[in-house]
Amino acid sequence: MVSKMSSKMVGSNNLAHARRMVQQLRVEASIERIKVSKASADLMRYCGEHAKYDPLLMGIPASENPFKDKKPCIIL
Amino acid sequence: MSELEQLRQEAEQLRNQIRDARKACNDSSLSQITAGLDSVGRIQMRTRRTLRGHLAKIYAMQWATDSRLLVSASQDGKLIIWDSYSTNKIHAIPLRSSWVMTCAYAPSGSYAACGGLDNICSIYSLKTREGNVRVTRELSGHTGYLSCCRFLDDSQIVTSSGDTTCALWDIETGQQTTTFTGHTGDVMSLSLSPDSRTFVSGACDASSKLWDIRDGMCRQSFTGHVSDINAVIFFPNGNAFTTGSDDATCRLFDLRADQELMMYSHDNINCGITSVAFSKSGRLLLAGYDDFNCNVWDTLKGERAGVLAGHDNRVSCLGISSDGMALATGSWDSFLRIWN
Repeated sequence: MVSKMSSKMVGSNNLAHARRMVQQLRVEASIERIKVSKASADLMRYCGEHAKYDPLLMGIPASENPFKDKKPCIIL
Repeated sequence: MSELEQLRQEAEQLRNQIRDARKACNDSSLSQITAGLDSVGRIQMRTRRTLRGHLAKIYAMQWATDSRLLVSASQDGKLIIWDSYSTNKIHAIPLRSSWVMTCAYAPSGSYAACGGLDNICSIYSLKTREGNVRVTRELSGHTGYLSCCRFLDDSQIVTSSGDTTCALWDIETGQQTTTFTGHTGDVMSLSLSPDSRTFVSGACDASSKLWDIRDGMCRQSFTGHVSDINAVIFFPNGNAFTTGSDDATCRLFDLRADQELMMYSHDNINCGITSVAFSKSGRLLLAGYDDFNCNVWDTLKGERAGVLAGHDNRVSCLGISSDGMALATGSWDSFLRIWN
């Protein structure tokens, strides 16, 4: 990858920045969270419900595969 | 106590509050919840098509919504629109700047976009009356390279940049409607939520952030990675996302639990991840690596389910078609491969 030109650190010791930082942290602190057990169960349920519609997971029969191997052409 | 000192203390308190709230929700783990789930078994895919035509490293690709066409960008200075079924090139578009790092396909199929070290997001009309492809807008304003861009629709696009910001643009006027600030390092990647109301970004500050597209606010920030995040993708239901990093791991973060649920890593894997994608159900996580391979992970169990070897250089980009039928990988070896 081309070298990532890192930009200057935005943080500085001024008041305006500190106010913005606190304001942002207040927003992030205030969200409602659910338990990991519930979040995990929901992900598992979603995968289970949609598994049969996932061709890469289930495998694709050759007859239904738009990318099935092209047969070589023979010039008669 | 000065106001600055008070603010610093309040910031510390808020960080602790977030840490404690996350801990309080950490009653289990995704691994534990899925312990009884059957493994996906060995996932094997074969290269079905090789798309040849670029003359230099491929940096980016995106499928069209029709699951058949796709766009790729290479530092040979070309954007190519391919028909993946036939391998035909529909368009080969010469770029004004060859230093391209990203490309995108509008959901309508009418536009493509790209950008890179020129700091500009160029919009190309693919369906002009004359039948040729031309630049219709150059979106300038970023003060750093364009790392990623994604169309919301024909008139709005979201970009991420090495200048540490993301932006939502009105393509018609060429102006930034909203600027998303908060990252302290180059933003490398973004992913739009399925409902298009939010997006996640991943950056060189090792954090990922969830943004509200409408009001420009950062709603949540996630840490955990120990190096640059190069790639980010939403889980299909919009409640989680995965990141890929130079620290050789991918991580799954849940939005509602507000924390990391799983890390995808292996002692034998010591190179960076460049790109990530989910299969249609989300059960499989595909990740492209600097070591020329693609690994297939079981999202829920955290185990590696397969390896896709075939490229002769770094896998720089990948994507799964919207019908879930195929994975496309793009590489520094100048080829794209279609797998299923």
